[in-house]
Amino acid sequence: MRYLPLTKADRASMLETIGAGSVDDLYCDVPDGALLKEPVDLPHHLGEMQVERDMVKLAAKNMGTASAPSFLGAGAYRHHVPATVDYIIQRGEFLTAYTPYQPEIAQGTLQYLFEFQTQVASITNMDVANASMWDGATSCAEAVLMACRATRRKKAVLSGGLHPHYREVTETYCQYSDTELAGRDGHPEHQATADELDDLIDDQTACVVVQYPDVFGRLDDHTKLADACHAKGALLIVVFTEAVAFGAIKSPGSFGADIVCGEGQSIGNALGYGGPYVGLFATTSKLVRQMPGRLCGETVDQDGKRGFVLTLSTREQHIRREKATSNICTNSGLCSLAFTVHMSLLGEDGYRKLAAINHERAVKTADALDGVAGVEVVNDSFFNEFTVKLAKPAAEVVEALVARGIMGGVPLSRLYPNRDDLGAFMLVAATETNTDEDIAALAAALKEVLA
Amino acid sequence: MTFQTHTGNRGLVLEEKLIFEQGEAGRSGVDLPDPEPVKSRMGGLERDSDIGLPGLSEPQVVRHFTRLSQKNFGIDSGFFPLGSCTMKHNPRLNEKIARLPGIADLHPMQPESTVQGALELIDQCAHWLLVLTGMPAVAMSPASGAQGELCGMMAIRAALDARGENRRRVLVPESAHGTNPATAAACGFTVDSIPATADGRVDLAAFEAKLGDDVAGIMLTNPNTCGLFERDVRKIADLVHAAGGYFYCDGANFNAIVGRVRPADLGIDAMHINLHKTFSTPHGGGGPGSGPVVFSDALAPFAPIPYVVKTENGFHLVETADEKDGKKPFGRLKGFHGQMGMFVRALSYMKSHGADGLRQASGDAVLNANYLLARLKTKLSVAYPGYCMHEALFDDDFLKGTGVSTLDLAKAIIDEGFHPMTMYFPLVVHGALLIEPTETETKESIDQFCDAVLSLVAKAEAGDSEFFKNAPYLTPRRRLDETAAARKPVLRWTPANA
Repeated sequence: MRYLPLTKADRASMLETIGAGSVDDLYCDVPDGALLKEPVDLPHHLGEMQVERDMVKLAAKNMGTASAPSFLGAGAYRHHVPATVDYIIQRGEFLTAYTPYQPEIAQGTLQYLFEFQTQVASITNMDVANASMWDGATSCAEAVLMACRATRRKKAVLSGGLHPHYREVTETYCQYSDTELAGRDGHPEHQATADELDDLIDDQTACVVVQYPDVFGRLDDHTKLADACHAKGALLIVVFTEAVAFGAIKSPGSFGADIVCGEGQSIGNALGYGGPYVGLFATTSKLVRQMPGRLCGETVDQDGKRGFVLTLSTREQHIRREKATSNICTNSGLCSLAFTVHMSLLGEDGYRKLAAINHERAVKTADALDGVAGVEVVNDSFFNEFTVKLAKPAAEVVEALVARGIMGGVPLSRLYPNRDDLGAFMLVAATETNTDEDIAALAAALKEVLA
Repeated sequence: MTFQTHTGNRGLVLEEKLIFEQGEAGRSGVDLPDPEPVKSRMGGLERDSDIGLPGLSEPQVVRHFTRLSQKNFGIDSGFFPLGSCTMKHNPRLNEKIARLPGIADLHPMQPESTVQGALELIDQCAHWLLVLTGMPAVAMSPASGAQGELCGMMAIRAALDARGENRRRVLVPESAHGTNPATAAACGFTVDSIPATADGRVDLAAFEAKLGDDVAGIMLTNPNTCGLFERDVRKIADLVHAAGGYFYCDGANFNAIVGRVRPADLGIDAMHINLHKTFSTPHGGGGPGSGPVVFSDALAPFAPIPYVVKTENGFHLVETADEKDGKKPFGRLKGFHGQMGMFVRALSYMKSHGADGLRQASGDAVLNANYLLARLKTKLSVAYPGYCMHEALFDDDFLKGTGVSTLDLAKAIIDEGFHPMTMYFPLVVHGALLIEPTETETKESIDQFCDAVLSLVAKAEAGDSEFFKNAPYLTPRRRLDETAAARKPVLRWTPANA
């Protein structure tokens, strides 16, 4: 087996040094009958060529977004990732490193984490960010738990504009911690106002969670809501699924948000059928010690040179055990590196221009679809994703579009399987990867399907 | 080293500023077309202030991250015997497969008809895990080992709730990883610690005495964090079941027994598998991981959404937590469908090894660890007697009187060109040194490591503690002031004039 270097002679001489008769003897503590004498019932080892052949066959059964015009969003977005990103993250010193527990030989990881934290804090306009979470949905759940700890309250208000997966993960995380979740169902044709959410805040409310842009693609100024939260001692959590947006829209920090968290996949990371992704998590200096996850901080070494270390680990499970702020142990290291490299390539100009292109593509798509009979663009405002109301059930339309070689959008019935009132709606996202030809093809195919 | 260079660079060890200190307005590492002018539909929420991101060209970015990478030690760099972390070779084939068109470019919300190969891949990966563990069900979505624990313990909580029982006490050995008690607490359980015996295993009598009708279950790592197989594992399973509780096994160390022992034969109800350990998906400097959880029949109905089922019309992804077909999912742990990129790599790894190769891998891992144990125990003090599994554990008794600590020794090992072992874990052993060579190391590299450690121990015994206190000497940075970092945290770069 090509990954296993020991030879028969090695094994024999090592067993002799150990003083054991066989490898099975080393398993002498395994209870009687539980030690298998033969390999389990699975295929035997394969060479690299055969494995690749098997896996390529599986891949070929799929229709990738690179091979068809694709307008899918709903929390994951197709963007162009510069070749440099994949080259850097495949360098063995990054790919095959562990958590930087020995900072003297992990300054590479630590310095990029410090840069990552600075980038995330900058685009959200918050004081500090952590070294990443598993994904946007788990970041949202951890933010709610953090708000409960920080306020010593047990109630959270979730806006109807929150992505259903984020809501479900938050419900799952909170279900055994006596945290009460309130909020109304969202609807693409009704956007909750700050006053409506304000009515749900009481003196036991730890936080209000809004998504910006929301799951239906809409934008809203949450300054008034932040004030309403703060007036009642609650925190405002702003969640996002599209990290490119902050290159074009006002930052959540400028609203007065206390925690800003969401999905960082859009920058540097492949769609990859949903994971691994990278959760971004930012907050105010005041709340930093309540934050979950790893943090990298600046310090000096014994020669007085600047260096970086993991810090404030007294919040974490390996020190605090059952009193830890979270059970999270790993972060999403390599995905945060991909984010950092891509963001470094973009810089201020590139990031803002990328966002402007995304908006322009979405406006063009919306204009094209608005001209199709049986399609109504629902949103008053959007960044690069919006909701359309169709004259036929959206799930059927999506299938009909696939038959024409186009992935036209995500039917809301996929995200809300138990909401009969949303069957006619579809989410459409457009990014810099969508060409004028893609947009024309989508409009033409929709015209056919809806005729 | 006394001699200083003008730049601060030392040959191949290059100083590197933060990207924020190198940016210039007007530079960019991307060429994007100018967007056509359109009327904004952002509802008056257009960004009206600068962000503060630096501008760098592509060559600057490549050089920056290349230089940073050179300050890192990875498995590709050298021997990395970090106990409990399983730093084995990460095959590049798996990276190639994960980037195939039809895998890397799949959107998680594509219609099922367009992702039959992806669902089949998840199903195949699940099948391998089920056969290797002998268990009837698996939840693939947990994002990491810690989330796998959460998944298992939430299933236990849901099963107890379904039985209408208010059991809230979870027994956890004192040697357990910190995530175990943190996870139990996150599920609303209280943690009751079980002491260890003199030979590093669960004290069976103490465990039995703690059982009662308020016990939800036990969280037991096997092989345990001391690198030992829990001899009484079946008795523990029988006792906890007889008391009405469940057996959660922390499967972090499954790599020691994969292909040789099936957890199902040990009586477990749930176990997470760290794909980034046992099945060698890259650790990536701290993630992403992946932690699928196998379940017994008793807990299987409570597994979270989503999950893949095979139907007459192909594979189907169940994304709703509705109760049907006997299933009562406790909820959803993650957005979308889990760490697909890790399933791809793990499946590619499993197919490469096959049933025979996986068995060989666990055997070689255990052989390498016992060889290292045999060589080092001539000088180092072994924490517990007998053979070890995939890692060897020592305490710091051998350093007594030398003035050298476990940390000091670890830092001196860095100068010898190795990544140090795990230090001070598990907490039950004083000044612990946990060494895991893994199966992908040669006998030669293990011998070189042992020779180096033994020579350092001789140096410590000779009374040269000052040498150790100041190690490492040859690294890009020397010992860092962690106390100062925590006292006044600087967690981001800020411009000098801010």
